Amino acid sequence: MTTLFFIEHANGQVSDQSLKAISATSQIDGDVHGLIVGSDIDSVVAEASKIEGLSKLMHVDDDSFNNILAENLTQLILNVSGDYEYFLAAATTTGKNVMPRLAAKLDVSQISEIIAIEGPDTFIRTIYAGNAIATVQTSDPKKVLTVRPTAFKSAAMGSSGCEITKINAENMPSISEFIGEELTKSDRPELTSAKTIISGGRGMQNGENFELLDKVAEKLGAAVGASRAAVDAGFVPNDYQVGQTGKVVAPELYIAVGISGAIQHLAGMKDSKVIVAINKDEEAPIFDVADYGLVADLFQVLPELEQAL
Amino acid sequence: MKILVPVKRVIDPYVNIRVKSDETDVETENVKMSMNPFCEIAVEEAIRLKEAGKAEEIIAVSIGNQSCQETIRTALAMGADRGIHVLTEEKIEPISIAKILSKICEQESPGLVISGKQAIDGDNNQTGQMLAALTDMPQGTFASKIEIDSDKVKVTREIDGGLQTVSLNMPAIITTDLRLNEPRYASLPNIMKAKKKPIDQKSPEDYGIDVTPRVNVLKVIEPPKREAGIKVENISELVEKLKNEAGVI
Repeated sequence: MTTLFFIEHANGQVSDQSLKAISATSQIDGDVHGLIVGSDIDSVVAEASKIEGLSKLMHVDDDSFNNILAENLTQLILNVSGDYEYFLAAATTTGKNVMPRLAAKLDVSQISEIIAIEGPDTFIRTIYAGNAIATVQTSDPKKVLTVRPTAFKSAAMGSSGCEITKINAENMPSISEFIGEELTKSDRPELTSAKTIISGGRGMQNGENFELLDKVAEKLGAAVGASRAAVDAGFVPNDYQVGQTGKVVAPELYIAVGISGAIQHLAGMKDSKVIVAINKDEEAPIFDVADYGLVADLFQVLPELEQAL
Repeated sequence: MKILVPVKRVIDPYVNIRVKSDETDVETENVKMSMNPFCEIAVEEAIRLKEAGKAEEIIAVSIGNQSCQETIRTALAMGADRGIHVLTEEKIEPISIAKILSKICEQESPGLVISGKQAIDGDNNQTGQMLAALTDMPQGTFASKIEIDSDKVKVTREIDGGLQTVSLNMPAIITTDLRLNEPRYASLPNIMKAKKKPIDQKSPEDYGIDVTPRVNVLKVIEPPKREAGIKVENISELVEKLKNEAGVI
């Protein structure tokens, strides 16, 4: 029984999401091999080879893998897939893009965003945006899984590296092409990986008022999110949206400001460790899930909060 | 060019989800059902491409029990031209759905398949990618912008941290993200017109696909309940609690 884990990296470092997700492999018997791709990535390969539990690291040094295309990465994994029984990756946009394609090529089901491992073929995952938790058992001989990073602790780094082998990118399909990338330029963390999130709802009244949240976010090193109501009202773009049809988040601290707490918003944030709600309506359902509630006018207390931090 | 749009019937996104007391599934009896929101976006995008003269025909496909016909009718009322309903009572998995869709692709030869990135029931986010694998087509997942340029389609994708643009050889599979468009509501005259549009009824056997589940759901439970906490009086008390009690700032 051997596991292959696809390791992501950015800015010369192994991604935090991969480090968390790879620790799920410690609950699967047998060796764990890693796969990492890119070009001129010797230092990150060396770093990745020290991840505890890895017994071998395969790496591809090829310009065509500076930007990952699902078609090519799937083929690359298929090229080495022979003896592996488990294929895992973090449930990032890359993992979600590639792993189902791989599963279909292997003629197996994929199990998405597992949050725990119960046994060699049994896994726990959330459905209905976290409103229900399912235990599922697969009868497929090969298991293709994505792992929700927030459900696992980062793997430790050992002092010495494992065996590293270089593999080549062969039989690439050439049916797709990378054109460009536009990464949000922000000093703030991204919503799905932020430790702290402050979100605004319809109570913010307009887009300009989101600056009040920005100021607090700056002090906290937090990401800024929004409820669907705020997005529908045009206050902020759709990629701010936390909720069933937006992003599902689980930060250490979630501050909901002027958000009533509609079901579909709660579904996207109720796994947060600590929830703070600021709302002037003391009957708002958001207070039912909040650890700390403050019934107050947000326009008065947000500047106070910024000052106090 | 034809566009194929798979649509799924799910519990309405605004309904409170209840887990059955026998822990086998969530309650779907007497619960309001709707088209999966990401599928609505897919239908809308296909209609816009047709309106822009880039496509001639939109085929809406749904796989599931008899009531999936309603979901197809919704797509027809929005502007799809005809429907294919693959009738099955089985709880069908993404790999089986993708296999049926790949057979439909063989028969219909669509230039594009536009599907939702995920359904809000199983949250699997697999079917589009699997269909792309089975048909050896390129995939543009989590799309927020689609531009067709002769035999290629440029797809802007929502990735962690920003946007990525890829160019795909057509035929291609695209899965929709939220920012792609705002789906229209069907007008009453169009709802009436949709009743006359044809829906072909098929079965998985017609396509030679075995839909026996490979993944067995052992148990479905409610997530741990969150208890309401305390109310604080002011910001200084809040900051003090977050620092000293919760230790999160």
